[in-house]
Amino acid sequence: MSIFTVSPSPHVHSGQSVPRLMYGVVIALLPALAVSVFYFGIGMIIITAVSVISCVLFEFLFQKYLLKNPSTHLDGSAALTGLLLAFCLPANLPWWMVAIGALVSIGIAKMTFGGLGNNIFNPALVGRVFLFISFPAAMTSYPKPGQWWEYMDATTGATPLGIMSESLANNMPVSEIMAGMPSNLDLFLGKMLGSAGEVAAFALLLGLVYLLWKKIISWHIPVSILLTVIIFTGALSLGNPEKYPSPLFHLLTGGLLLGAIFMATDYVTSPMTVKGMIIYGIGIGVITILIRTFGAYPEGVQFAILLMNGFTPLINKYVKPKRFGEVKHG
Amino acid sequence: MLKTFTLGGVHPEENKFSSHKKIEVLPVPPVVTIPLSQHIGAPAKVLVNKGDRVKIGQVIAESGGFVSANIHSSVSGTVLKVEAFPDSTGYRRMSVQIQSEGDEWVDGVDLSTDLKKDFDFSSEEIIQKIIASGLVGLGGATFPSHVKLSIPQGKKAEYLIVNAVECEPYLTADHSLMLEKGEEIMVGTRIMMKALKVEKAIFGIENNKPDAIELMSRLAEREKGITVVALKVKYPQGGEKQLVQALINREVPSGALPIDVGVVAFNVGSIYAAYQAVQKNKPLIERVVTVTGKSVKNPSNFLTRIGTPVQALIDAVGGLPEDTGKVVNGGPMMGKAISSLDVPVVKGSSGILVIPDTEANRHETENCIRCSKCVSACPMGLEPYLLMSLAEREYFGRMETEKVMDCMECGSCSYTCPSSRPLLDYIRLGKGNVTQIIRARKN
Ligand code: SF4
Ligand code: SF4
Repeated sequence: MSIFTVSPSPHVHSGQSVPRLMYGVVIALLPALAVSVFYFGIGMIIITAVSVISCVLFEFLFQKYLLKNPSTHLDGSAALTGLLLAFCLPANLPWWMVAIGALVSIGIAKMTFGGLGNNIFNPALVGRVFLFISFPAAMTSYPKPGQWWEYMDATTGATPLGIMSESLANNMPVSEIMAGMPSNLDLFLGKMLGSAGEVAAFALLLGLVYLLWKKIISWHIPVSILLTVIIFTGALSLGNPEKYPSPLFHLLTGGLLLGAIFMATDYVTSPMTVKGMIIYGIGIGVITILIRTFGAYPEGVQFAILLMNGFTPLINKYVKPKRFGEVKHG
Repeated sequence: MLKTFTLGGVHPEENKFSSHKKIEVLPVPPVVTIPLSQHIGAPAKVLVNKGDRVKIGQVIAESGGFVSANIHSSVSGTVLKVEAFPDSTGYRRMSVQIQSEGDEWVDGVDLSTDLKKDFDFSSEEIIQKIIASGLVGLGGATFPSHVKLSIPQGKKAEYLIVNAVECEPYLTADHSLMLEKGEEIMVGTRIMMKALKVEKAIFGIENNKPDAIELMSRLAEREKGITVVALKVKYPQGGEKQLVQALINREVPSGALPIDVGVVAFNVGSIYAAYQAVQKNKPLIERVVTVTGKSVKNPSNFLTRIGTPVQALIDAVGGLPEDTGKVVNGGPMMGKAISSLDVPVVKGSSGILVIPDTEANRHETENCIRCSKCVSACPMGLEPYLLMSLAEREYFGRMETEKVMDCMECGSCSYTCPSSRPLLDYIRLGKGNVTQIIRARKN
C-alpha cells in the first residue's frame, strides 16, 4: 500500500467554499443593515433577529427530523435567506408573522425541493409573497423612519411608490406628486418609507461594489436589470413626463436595488450562462416596470424575480454558453 | 493590454519557487527504467534482450507505427530486465531496465556544449533526424513531434508557435531552459521553421517571466520572422487552442487541430531538444525536470536522464518532507499523482511536485449551488455542472451533444467549484463512455 494519496487531477483547489460565498453576501448586506437600523431602530433589530434565527433553526430541524440528511444549517445560506427575508418586510411586522415567513421560506421554498441548490424559487421572496397574500394589511403598512424605540406601535404611512401609484390613479400630474416626495438625496440616503432593508440606495450600491470586487457575483444580472429599467422608464417618461415618473425615481424607490443586487443574483435560482443572465435580467426589468406602471400593485420587483426564477430552468436548457471552436454554420 | 485567450480560465497561486535556480545536472542513477510507451500512440517495439550491452543514445525500442516514437537508452550498461514496471499512470507498462556502467555514447553524437548555429538540411532531412531522436511533445502531451511536422495533404502551415507559457503552477523547467539555452532555442526555432516551411514563428511567454521575455525578445531581434509575445497570466494558456487564440486570434474548430488554422505549436523544451537532435545528433535521453513543493527544502531544476527513479530527484532536493501527502508527476492542475517513488521520469515529466498532507485531500463535496463558477471558468465554453450531472445519471448520449469531447481536462472547473464537486472526475468518466459510443458508431 502506498503512503501517498493518489487522486485524479487537479491537485489544488481555489479554496472557495459555500460558507465563504454566503457569508460574503451577508457582509455585503451589512451596510444596508446598519442604515436600516439607523432609520427603523428596534423594529429592524427584532425582525432581523427573528428572521435569521428562525431560518437557521428551521433548516436545522427539517434536516435533522424530516429529511435526515447532513446538516447544512450553518453554511450561511439559511442565515442569508433570513437576512433577505427581513429586508423585504416592514420593520413593524409582528414577530410571529416574521417567523411564519421564515417557515415558508425554508420549509416550503427550500427544503421540499431538496435543500440548497435544488429550489426553483428564491426562498426569501417566496416567504415574503406568502406573507403578503396572508396578511395584506400588515404587509402594506410601513413605519416612518426615525422612530428608534417604536416597534409594532410605530406610526405608519405610505411608501413613495404607493403615493405615486395612488396619485397617478387620481390623475395628478407627476410634477405635482414629486413636489410632495422626499428629495432625491433623501431617497438616495434611504430616508423614506419602505421595506426594512430596501431603502438605503447608497448602502445597497456599496454592497454591489463589494460583491463584484470579491467576485461573488458577476455584473450581468444587476446591470441588465437596472439598464432595462432605465431605458424602459426613460422612454415612458420622455413620451409623457407628467404621466410616467423618471428613471431616477424608479431606481431609488421600492425594492429595485435590493432585488437587482441581492435577490435576482441568488445563485440557485438564476441562470448559468452570461447570455442567460442577461435575458433573465431584461425580463425582470421589463416585468417590474410593467407591474409598477400598469399593474394593480405599486411594486413589482419581487413578482418579476419570482416569475423569471420560474423561467430559469428553461433558459438553462436552451441558452448555451459560447463554445470554443464552435463551427459557424451559414 | 496584454493578450490572452477569451473564454474562461482561472488564476491558481503560482508558487514558482524554483524560477531562478540554475539547471543542475542530476548524477546518472545506478539503474534506469525506461518504459516503451512514453508518448501518445503505439508503444515502441523493444529491440534489446536481458543481458545485452547498450550505449547511451542507442535505440532500445523502435517506433511502433506512424504515431509512435523511438526510445533510446539514457545510460550505458547492461539490460537487467525487459518486463512490465509501474509507471506514473499507475499501470504496469513494458519497460527496459538498465544497469548503468561507465559513460559510453553511440557514435556520431556531438557532446560539446558549443553553440552550433548554422545548418543546411532540407525539411525532409530535419524530419528524419527528429524521427531518429525520438522527440515527443515535452510540455506533457507527449505527442510524437514528427507527426506534427508532417503537414497533411491539402493543409498549409503559416505559423510556428513556440509554447513557452508554462501555465502550470510550480513548474519552471521551461523558464530555466530559456534563461540558460536561449541561443540554442533560437536555432531550434529556425530548424523547426525550416522543417515546416513557414516564415513566421511566435513565442508565447506569460508575463510572470519578465527575464525570459526580455532575453528571448533580444535574441529574436536578430532573427528574421521570429517574434516574442508577452501574455497575461491565466491558466490554461498553455493549452494549444488557447495559445493559438491568444497569439493570433484564430479559433481552432471543435474536433480539429491547430494545423487546420495554419499553425503548428511546439513546447519550448521540444524546440531545444530539436536543436540537440539536428545539430548535435543527440537523441532525447534527458530533459529538464522541476522538483518542487511547499515543504521541499530546496526546489530545483534538474537535467535528468529518462528512466531515473523519482526517488533520486527527491533525494537531490533534500529528501522527502515529513509532511508529504501526495507526489505528483507534472503540475498541480494536470499532473498525475504517483503511488511510489520508484516510478521513472519519462519524456513527458516536466516536474515532480510534492504536496503536503494538509493539501493532499479534497474537501468534502456539497450540493451544486448553481453558482455558475465552473461555467465561467471553462476555457472550452462547456457547462461542467451539467456534464457532471449527466454523467451521474449515465446520460452519455446527451453528454456528447453537450460537447464533452471538447473538454481538455484542464481542471479549471474542479479547481473553482465552491462545493468541491469532483466535476472533472465525472467528465472523464463521460468522455470514456462517449469515446466508446463514437467508436461503436464507426464500426
Ligand atoms: S476540465 Fe474540461 S470541463 Fe473542466 S474546465 Fe477544463 S475543459 Fe472545461
Ligand atoms: S462551480 Fe460547483 S457549485 Fe458552482 S455551478 Fe459549478 S458545480 Fe455547481
